[in-house]
Order: sequence, then C-alpha cells, then structure tokens
Amino acid sequence: MFDRLSFPQPWLSLILFLTWQILSDGVSGGSVVLGVILAWLIPQMTQGFWPERPAFVKTWRMPGYILRVLKDIVAASFSVAWLILSPRTPRPAFVSYPLQLDHPLAISILASTISLTPGTVSADVSDDNKTLLIHVLDATSDQEVIEAIYNSYEKPLMEMFR
Amino acid sequence: MSPFAEYAISALLLFGGAFTLIGAFGLARLPDFYTRLHGPTKATTVGVGAIMLSSVIYFSAIGEGIGISEILITVFLLMTAPVSANMLAKAAMHIGVKAMEGTEGKPWEQ
Repeated sequence: MFDRLSFPQPWLSLILFLTWQILSDGVSGGSVVLGVILAWLIPQMTQGFWPERPAFVKTWRMPGYILRVLKDIVAASFSVAWLILSPRTPRPAFVSYPLQLDHPLAISILASTISLTPGTVSADVSDDNKTLLIHVLDATSDQEVIEAIYNSYEKPLMEMFR
Repeated sequence: MSPFAEYAISALLLFGGAFTLIGAFGLARLPDFYTRLHGPTKATTVGVGAIMLSSVIYFSAIGEGIGISEILITVFLLMTAPVSANMLAKAAMHIGVKAMEGTEGKPWEQ
C-alpha cells in the first residue's frame, strides 16, 4: 500500500509545492500541510496523462529559449497590432508543418510556442505526430513560415531533447 | 513613490491597455473564426505582460517586496492561452467552420 504514497513526478511535486507556498500569502503550518497534500495528490491523479519521460533534456538551455520566445512575442505583437489597425485584409493560410521532433513533450512545447507567438496558432497535430497544422494570420509563403519556425524554435528544441 | 516609478507605471498601464484594446478590436474586425483566434491570444499576451510589469513596479515602489504572484499569474496565462486556442481551433475544425475566402490550404477533417 505504500507505493501509493510515492511522488511519481518529483519535479512537478516540487513546483506545485512551491507555487502553493507563493500563492498562499506567507508560509505557515497550514500552507505547508496543504502544499504537501496537493504535491502528492495532483501528480497521482494526472499520472496517466503524462507522456513518458524524455531520455535526456538539457534543461539549462530552457531559460535562453524562454527569453528568445518572450522577445519574439513582443516584436511580433506589434506587427499583428499593426495588421489589425491597417485597413487591408490579411492573407490567412493553413500550413502543414513537417515535424522533426518526436518526443510528445517537445512537440507540445513547440505547439505552445507557435500559439503564443503572434500571427500563428497551432491548430492540430496529426495522429502519427509527424505534421502540425498551423493557421497563419498573414502569410506571404508557406515555405517562409516553415523555415522561420524551424530555425528559431524547432532547432533549439531538438538540441534540448536529444 | 519616486516620480520615475510613477511615470514607468503609467506608461506601462497605457501601453498594456492599448494593446488589450487592439486585441479586442481585432476580434471585431477580423473576417473569420480562425483569424479571430489570433486577436485574444496575441495582443493580449503583451497587454497583460505590461500591466503585470506595472503592478510589480508599483508594489516594489511602495515597499511590499517584489510581487511573485503577478509573475505567477502571467506564467499561468502564458501556459493556458495556447491550450485554449488549440481546443478552439480543433472544435471549429470538427464542426466544419468555414475559413474566409482566399485562405490558402484547408483545415483538416476531424
């Protein structure tokens, strides 16, 4: 019965525990107890949904990646704002993006990045995890969009998940 | 509070408010469902980011320490916005919402 008391996702548990302490407005006995309960309960309940753990992740590259994404969000937001304010009609397109990443977690990070950066929303992943359907708000050419995403996001992610 | 902090807070609030307004305006102006997905997930990201920054500066300036909870709010928002955009797009493709004329490519059959 004691295997039920384990922490199957130690990092997730740690993050949940720390997040709860920050949210609960000052560390106290009660917040620690509730934090431990949440850090145990949530990973247990969601365990079935987690993809298997990646073989190797270079976590120290993550801050650089996040900074780059934040910079891109700000820069590209201006172009989307300009597009909304300018009178011309946008040229939207559905682009099928050929994925080279194969780890489910890496694919979901890439899809989230694409959705966050202005001008692109990832709409769907094919069942075999080989293609990502992206809706582009204002596309000049499919190839350009694919190359931009590959160079700025997929390549760094491939280096992280190897 | 120093005047510099006040200017910075006001500028960030105006900037964030303007971006959120443009995002909402995009929702009304853009022609079809799929293009409208871009407004709220995008312009809003920067808008909320700027408002969050101004809140961090405000609470640091009045001496309550750096607000970690504001940063948490932004992190949660950044984590959930792509998921909801993805679910909306999938649902729209599932019930066959038409894309506007002149859209290149096609949504997938679900």
